[in-house]
Amino acid sequence: MADIVFESVERTFKQSGKEFLAVGGIDLIVKDQEFVAIVGPSGCGKTTCLRMVAGLDMPSKGRVLVGGNEVKGPGPDRAVVFQQFALFPWKTVQQNIEFGLKSMSMSAAEKRDKTARLISLMGLEGYEQAYPHQLSGGMQQRVAIARAYVLEPQVLLMDEPFGALDAQTRVVMQEELVRLARKNPKTVLFITHAVEEAVYLADRVVVMSRRPGLIRDVIEIKPIREKEGWDSHSQIEDVMDLSSFVQLRSQIWKLLREQNLGVDH
Amino acid sequence: MVPQERLNQREYVLCTCLGVTSFIGFWYLAVLFGFVPKQFLPAPHDVFLKFVYLINEPFSGYTLLTHIASSFQRFLSGFILAVVVGVPLGLLMALSRFANQLITPFFESIRFVAPIAWVPFAALWFGTGIGGPVLVIFMGAFPPVLINTYRGATHVDKKYLEAAKMLGAGKFRLMVEVLFPAAIPSIIAGLRISAGLGWQSLVGAELIVASSGVGYMMVKGQASIQTDIVMSGMIAIGLIGLIIDVLLRQAEKLAIHYKEI
Repeated sequence: MADIVFESVERTFKQSGKEFLAVGGIDLIVKDQEFVAIVGPSGCGKTTCLRMVAGLDMPSKGRVLVGGNEVKGPGPDRAVVFQQFALFPWKTVQQNIEFGLKSMSMSAAEKRDKTARLISLMGLEGYEQAYPHQLSGGMQQRVAIARAYVLEPQVLLMDEPFGALDAQTRVVMQEELVRLARKNPKTVLFITHAVEEAVYLADRVVVMSRRPGLIRDVIEIKPIREKEGWDSHSQIEDVMDLSSFVQLRSQIWKLLREQNLGVDH
Repeated sequence: MVPQERLNQREYVLCTCLGVTSFIGFWYLAVLFGFVPKQFLPAPHDVFLKFVYLINEPFSGYTLLTHIASSFQRFLSGFILAVVVGVPLGLLMALSRFANQLITPFFESIRFVAPIAWVPFAALWFGTGIGGPVLVIFMGAFPPVLINTYRGATHVDKKYLEAAKMLGAGKFRLMVEVLFPAAIPSIIAGLRISAGLGWQSLVGAELIVASSGVGYMMVKGQASIQTDIVMSGMIAIGLIGLIIDVLLRQAEKLAIHYKEI
């Protein structure tokens, strides 16, 4: 079991002497093997929520539990795909992907096999010895995803992983992620500000408001997706044309817009 | 930095030549007008002839090249020791506040003591053989290595540390696989300063050696008021220093083969 539980989580930050509440009382359960996307305007604390699951940030109040254990620090059981990839520029593609395995107890042959499998799964053959700066943004992101996947983590945390990609690459990566996620389900927490992306990928979409970051609403996607057979379409644009998709998308858009009117302008 | 206009190839060569010739010109003028007795300020061509002479004929037991070789060996020992101690210590200080606070006060006071001040103790503690001179060179070369390693390692982008921790790396792997490679540009800048200071400390270091070295040769030349020998030693030190810096700049290019993304 690798469920994620937020128990009345608050996070305050100090900014030029003043304290402000970035995340103000979050209660949320992400079930084992569930794919949950959090959408919200920038500055709503969604990244902070993900970082607290990763153990890279700690709640000021409340607790975050993963698989029943309180999160105390970062670890390979909760792999993160960062927005800015954070690949080690001084390591090759192969060395980047192997990095996490090196601390694990398994035979060298097993590590090699796992790395090779991820390299082929992510279409990185022939680039094993390349350095990150020699790759395109899309390929860098594949390396970042491979580096997380190779650990076979119980929990996958993705912080706007496709935000830095161009539109075409993003679509390809989204379709790949759907294939991976449906074939080999993990508990996934996915942060994005792109509503389409959230609806397309997730089982549930959490809409957050900002200042303080609070859960505004939770939208169930999975029952509709399965009933309408979205996954029988292999291309994202076919899914996006379905009326059930359009309906969910505008429902979430309206939720986001309502709170933006009050706060943003 | 103040923006400077770029020189083309011709201007570059011209300016270099102009600088060197006017320096030698002033030198000749100073000799000609006899500001200082000729014995104390030898003419440039005398120094040059002495320099060539010293390459072939031994002075104080050895030829200039042998003196240079034995100085270089001492320098290398002190310099390598400074790197071997300074780099890991700098990384450790960046990794652990405990280590940082333990070392900083001691280090901050010691780095203001000129390497030459260690000469008496170097001789008393480590003798006049290899140990003493190496300690003096070490004292010159060590601070920049430590400071630059520490600075480089503390300025590592936080995202790399977070990624490494998330991937399960312990403190040792953080140090060797993240802090160290990320700090390499700064470390090499430190090595260049430290090679300069270490090589500069040579004359001081060789005040106490028994029999060989450029510094030793200069001390002997000074004792017998042979200023042309002292100046030949200065030229040798300058030239070797230049070569060391060029080599380190090449090493820099080899070490930084990747780009930040």
